[in-house]
Amino acid sequence: MLLDINPLVLPDPGLIIWSTLAFLILIFLLGKFAWKPIMKAIGEREQGIAEAIASAEKVKAEMAQLKNENEALLAKAREERAVLIKEAKETSDKMVAEARAKAKSEYDRILADAQSAIEQQKNAAITDVKNQVGNLVIEVAEKVLRKELSNRAAQEGYIKELADGVKLN
Amino acid sequence: MKRVLVILNFFPKFQKANTVFHTPTHIFAPNFRTGMALRCMKYLLAAAFSLSMVFFSNSSFSQDQHENGEQQAPHEAPAEGEGEFNVTETILEHIKDSHSWHLWGHTSLPLPVILHTDKGFEAFSSAKLMNEHHEPVAYQGNYLYKVVEGKIKIVDEAGTVNEEESKKLLDISITKNVASMFLTVILLLLIFISVANAYKKRGVTSAPKGFQSFIEPIILFVRDEIAKPYLGHKYAKYMPFLLTVFFFIWINNLLGLIPIFPGGSNVSGNIAFTMTLAVFTFIIVNVNGKKDYWKHIFWMPGLPTAMKIFLMPIELLGVFIKPVSLMIRLFANITAGHILVMSLICLIFIFKAVAASAMAVPFAVFINAIELLVAFLQAFIFTMLSALYIGMAIEEHHEHELA
Repeated sequence: MLLDINPLVLPDPGLIIWSTLAFLILIFLLGKFAWKPIMKAIGEREQGIAEAIASAEKVKAEMAQLKNENEALLAKAREERAVLIKEAKETSDKMVAEARAKAKSEYDRILADAQSAIEQQKNAAITDVKNQVGNLVIEVAEKVLRKELSNRAAQEGYIKELADGVKLN
Repeated sequence: MKRVLVILNFFPKFQKANTVFHTPTHIFAPNFRTGMALRCMKYLLAAAFSLSMVFFSNSSFSQDQHENGEQQAPHEAPAEGEGEFNVTETILEHIKDSHSWHLWGHTSLPLPVILHTDKGFEAFSSAKLMNEHHEPVAYQGNYLYKVVEGKIKIVDEAGTVNEEESKKLLDISITKNVASMFLTVILLLLIFISVANAYKKRGVTSAPKGFQSFIEPIILFVRDEIAKPYLGHKYAKYMPFLLTVFFFIWINNLLGLIPIFPGGSNVSGNIAFTMTLAVFTFIIVNVNGKKDYWKHIFWMPGLPTAMKIFLMPIELLGVFIKPVSLMIRLFANITAGHILVMSLICLIFIFKAVAASAMAVPFAVFINAIELLVAFLQAFIFTMLSALYIGMAIEEHHEHELA
């Protein structure tokens, strides 16, 4: 009834056939030559973007890690430097102290040596002086004696005197 | 304007404004919710369609009365006098398919007529079915053919239609709609193969350029707003179908809005065209339907047996109603748009005053602008609902088994 009234809602078989054909041709050709490459390209691009973002994130994380590592390294280096400086200072102090001690002992030794040498020389000199004085005294005494004891009586008197002296000793 | 409101109700994003329909759906599971929305849509659609049918039948009925009252031979009206202007006939002539493509004034582009009868195929120019005054005349092929009310019929010598013989006639002519559809096919192939080549040439790493950058967002829109939400992870398989349907409808809609020669035909407002597309959706839905889909039709889980038996015919009917609703929605929307624009333009002729154009033309331009939106919207809705139906058929859900 409705279809009799209105020819608009009566599908025309010719148009059905042609639109089926047109649609099949379209879906085949577009599917093969358009949608497939387009969807593939879009998919690849999106994947590429996603990968780029992921790798950027990764690089960022790596950078952050690297920074942390650098800071840790720096802190460690600073600490080591402080330790090194401290150690160096200690070593140098020690060396200075040692050198001072060594110098002092050397000085003491040299002083002692010098003193002993001086003493020795002094003793030697004194001995020498004593010997010379002795010799001189003997010579003088000899000369005096020779002069005084040139006669016999003097000689005997002197011997006597000496013998007295011996006795006293 | 009422029609535009109805369209807006079909569009899910606009449904937020429609609280009456929207609020109760929160209670239901998502699956059921889409079902509810669909049912709402169906009711609205049925209401809109029956209204439009009433409008159509009334107007053509009154037209018949009018014609019968004033003139004895209604389909010879255009030839009778230049002064008589028949609005309904003018509009329907535009809406209907034709064997020649009207260019301007009395000039038409003849199109090939291809007929199949029990004597085989034959082809001739549609110019042979017209005389120089654009009146239909009989042409002697295998039979004697004549155009009667826009359709080719077999007639006898006296010019009366032989209904028995005419039933054997299969008219597969390249009509105005077919030619326009081929134009769309060529346009689509040119556009998309060149865009595909742009991707090949430019590589995937560089940004899209030129026409490619216009098309790509639309393709992404179809993929991200239609295919992915309704089809889930299996969307890639159905992308070629959805994209083809979307662009085929859209370009046809847009060509229909061009009032001069390469456009102006009413392809997507022709029920044969929308029926073909709806049948494709129907086939894809039912060929790809999973066990759950058939189970929900014939033996709805989680219901008493009596209810299952009761629901079976309803659900089975739903299988056919879905593509029918697709068919009628697109047909009615596009046809209504064409009728609206034509009616506004015809106001000038009804009032028989140039001054009427001061009102009619701005209105027609306004409606045309809305039709541009409707062209996109209807392509989107057809594609979205196709995706939704396919998604419902391929969905494998387990919540009923758990319940």
